[in-house]
Amino acid sequence: MSTVTAAASTGQLQSKAPNVAVPEMWETFKSDMKLVNPNNKRKFKVIVVGTGLAGASAAATLAELGYQVDAFTFHDSPRRAHSIAAQGGINGAKNYKGDGDSVHRLFYDTIKGGDFRARESNVHRLAQVSVDIIDQMVAQGVPFAREYGGLLDNRSFGGAQVSRTFYARGQTGQQLLLGAYQQMARQVGLGNVRLWNRTELVDTVTIDGRCAGIVTRDLVTGEIISHAAHAVVLCTGGYGNVFFLSTNAMNCNVTAAWRAHRAGAYFANPCYTQIHPTCIPQADDTQSKLTLMSESLRNDGRVWVPMKIDDERSPADIPEAERDYILERLYPSFGNLAPRDISSRAAKRSVDSGRGVGPLKNGVYLDFSASIARLGYDTVWERYSNLFEMYERITGENPTKVPMRIYPASHYTMGGLWVDYELMTTIPGLYAAGEANFSDHGANRLGASALMQGLSDGYFVLPYTIGNYLAPLLNKPVPGVDHPGFKAAETAARQRYQGYLDVKGTRSPDWFHRELGKIIWDYCGMERTEQGLEKALSELPALYAEFQKDLRVTGNGESTNQTLEKAGRVDDFFQLGMVMCRDALERNESCGGHFRAEYQDDEGEAMRDDENFAHVAAWEWTGDPMQSIRNVEPLEFTTAHLATRSYK
Amino acid sequence: MSHLSDIKLKVWRQAGPDESGRFESYLIASISDEASFLEMLDVLNEQLIHEGREAVVFDHDCREGICGTCSLMIDGQAHGPQRGTATCQLHMRKFQSGAEIVIEPWRSTAFPIIKDLMVDRSAFDRIVEAGGFITAETGGAPDANLIPVPKPVADASMDAAACIGCGACVAACPNGAANLFTAAKVAHLSLLPQGQPERFKRVEAMVETMDEYFGSCTNHGECEAACPKEISIDVIALMNQDYRKSKFSNRKTLAR
Repeated sequence: MSTVTAAASTGQLQSKAPNVAVPEMWETFKSDMKLVNPNNKRKFKVIVVGTGLAGASAAATLAELGYQVDAFTFHDSPRRAHSIAAQGGINGAKNYKGDGDSVHRLFYDTIKGGDFRARESNVHRLAQVSVDIIDQMVAQGVPFAREYGGLLDNRSFGGAQVSRTFYARGQTGQQLLLGAYQQMARQVGLGNVRLWNRTELVDTVTIDGRCAGIVTRDLVTGEIISHAAHAVVLCTGGYGNVFFLSTNAMNCNVTAAWRAHRAGAYFANPCYTQIHPTCIPQADDTQSKLTLMSESLRNDGRVWVPMKIDDERSPADIPEAERDYILERLYPSFGNLAPRDISSRAAKRSVDSGRGVGPLKNGVYLDFSASIARLGYDTVWERYSNLFEMYERITGENPTKVPMRIYPASHYTMGGLWVDYELMTTIPGLYAAGEANFSDHGANRLGASALMQGLSDGYFVLPYTIGNYLAPLLNKPVPGVDHPGFKAAETAARQRYQGYLDVKGTRSPDWFHRELGKIIWDYCGMERTEQGLEKALSELPALYAEFQKDLRVTGNGESTNQTLEKAGRVDDFFQLGMVMCRDALERNESCGGHFRAEYQDDEGEAMRDDENFAHVAAWEWTGDPMQSIRNVEPLEFTTAHLATRSYK
Repeated sequence: MSHLSDIKLKVWRQAGPDESGRFESYLIASISDEASFLEMLDVLNEQLIHEGREAVVFDHDCREGICGTCSLMIDGQAHGPQRGTATCQLHMRKFQSGAEIVIEPWRSTAFPIIKDLMVDRSAFDRIVEAGGFITAETGGAPDANLIPVPKPVADASMDAAACIGCGACVAACPNGAANLFTAAKVAHLSLLPQGQPERFKRVEAMVETMDEYFGSCTNHGECEAACPKEISIDVIALMNQDYRKSKFSNRKTLAR
């Protein structure tokens, strides 16, 4: 018998995209939107939380336009945001290679890559502005890879049959983030952006039906204060750390998005999580995170496992005829560049069938020997040197001599705060951009598209759409930080953090996080079943109750206390984890990163149910994560026609 | 996978910026040689919390050697004994059982200690805010392929741009100078054609802001040896050359 009550489906959400053909929407919106006069922009204050690609580019651009901007980061410097770790590249429909790329093709690849679960209007706009992003970043001095003639070089990424990915060695995210950070730093220097570092959002405040500001905690002094604004933008990343082990940085968390959710913002498609196929397998029990090896490696690396089960031979001793090049065999037209969800499942099945490699038999090979023989050592080394070095530091093995070992790991979350076409959440005046929102990647994100989306939202979307909201607020008073709404939120936040200190139980926040992660990975990871999800939904509330009564946080609340910070984040991950499993349970189909074992064809490929699930599920908070309400936004496909996703 | 045993740690503990600090000794009885150095500190912190004591505060985030958040003087060396490696990528296989390891924060007047092993590096942000950018406001950029950048130029710029802003150069420098950090940013931008219009204004502003916070460079070269990204001190020569030129050159003839 099902232990979980079915979620009630209630109201329908509307994206508010202009009512014209998809390719015309963005131009139509820009022609019709309300504007704020340049001299009036300084009368508006905008809060930007998070300083990754979306946050830094939004803060810089809004300040350039003339708005007063306050930017918040929990890091010591805005430059630390996790966008910095993106390796492979950024897509742009420039068609510099003359290989048939176009805005339409990037749009279509993204919709198809997302398994027809993204919103056409937003994705088309993303493809349109992708070309402007490349121009903007080159102007900022991003040292993209060049051909000998001095023009920009491109490479190919999973799920695309053109070369449209721009890159800066294996450090594209770093270089793009530094570009956006520097642009924002200039505005800080000019006094147009006020920077709050080592400051964490602990609540958003809604007064009279609009977002009035935020409450923050100073991570050095523990001080909790309020900040009022005309609009608030959350660029606070994804929730991949709910798995505990993921490729996310240690401090990535869902708290900002989750506090907004609890204040009334709907949370969309939490079950859409991306498991990246090429990470270094777990080596031992103390492991704190997993390291990604860029998907770009699959341009020149071949994925294989031994044909024989439990083959103990070293890779060099396994002859060609006894190797199974799994992706080349299963997906001949995309080969080693099959999309991430598909490649991950192929690797998982190989390991599950006993053909895993490495000391713990928990990986598959990614082999560069064929490319080295074809292109020469120097060419291959130049393309991937920093990744090869990173791999060697972690594993002690040289991947040009011994094939790399890789295995899938949690990497990116497509789900996030529900936003409309203007990137506004269901709370007026509260926006979400970058990985924190849900809108562009559907059920699976293609490689090199996260950087594109972060910068698209921050540089080229929000600066327009925010004006449309702010214009009617001109010269109207907004509540200040002495409003009782702020005071109540501050008191609640103080009680929340004092509460963690007061439990005085026996287990650390990390212990609970690890246990939470195991449940989510086992039952809501690469493959999900009704039975497993119901099991997770019976175990999670029990573990959460234990967290609430057996947590131990040492130290105090008046100075830097990373244990206390972690406690708050784990608390929010628990609540998210429950809604995530409920979302996965309600979605009775397989699509992209959401693979329900019950819904697959004879060859093990995902089976979508377009009749019943061609919609966004947007969860509404009720005070209990086990009782959240599931709302729906129907998805229409007028430009990219619904089709079975095949990469064969 | 094998294990190391009896690792003795001497860790700097300091309750706050104005408190006096001291070394405390801890024992890690057993740790996998596959564990990273920071995972070893995670194990220590779990141990401390279990004993009801306060965990050691240290900065860390990506644990992939790219965000620049982690720091630590390990046995007197910034980021520890492995060359070209940030602390987060250092693994316990580089140590022996029974080793005594001394762990301290970055020591520099420009980086005040916040707590335990955590320091305040925001002076780096002030240098970038002063001029470490190319002014190109959103929206007006020309087509990306309009300005060809010769491959060797792009490569040299990228070599300098690889800086992660961790502060090891300052921590390693006997003078507490930030010349490698500053020069890496100067070189990244000034080597590129896009960086030319502000070339002299930039170097002047950045160097003079740097001098407000940091000590002076006397060419020890410790910074290059400590840099986890192995950035060459050649960039400092380039910065000094441009700084000198900035004092003489006529900005109106920059385009000639």
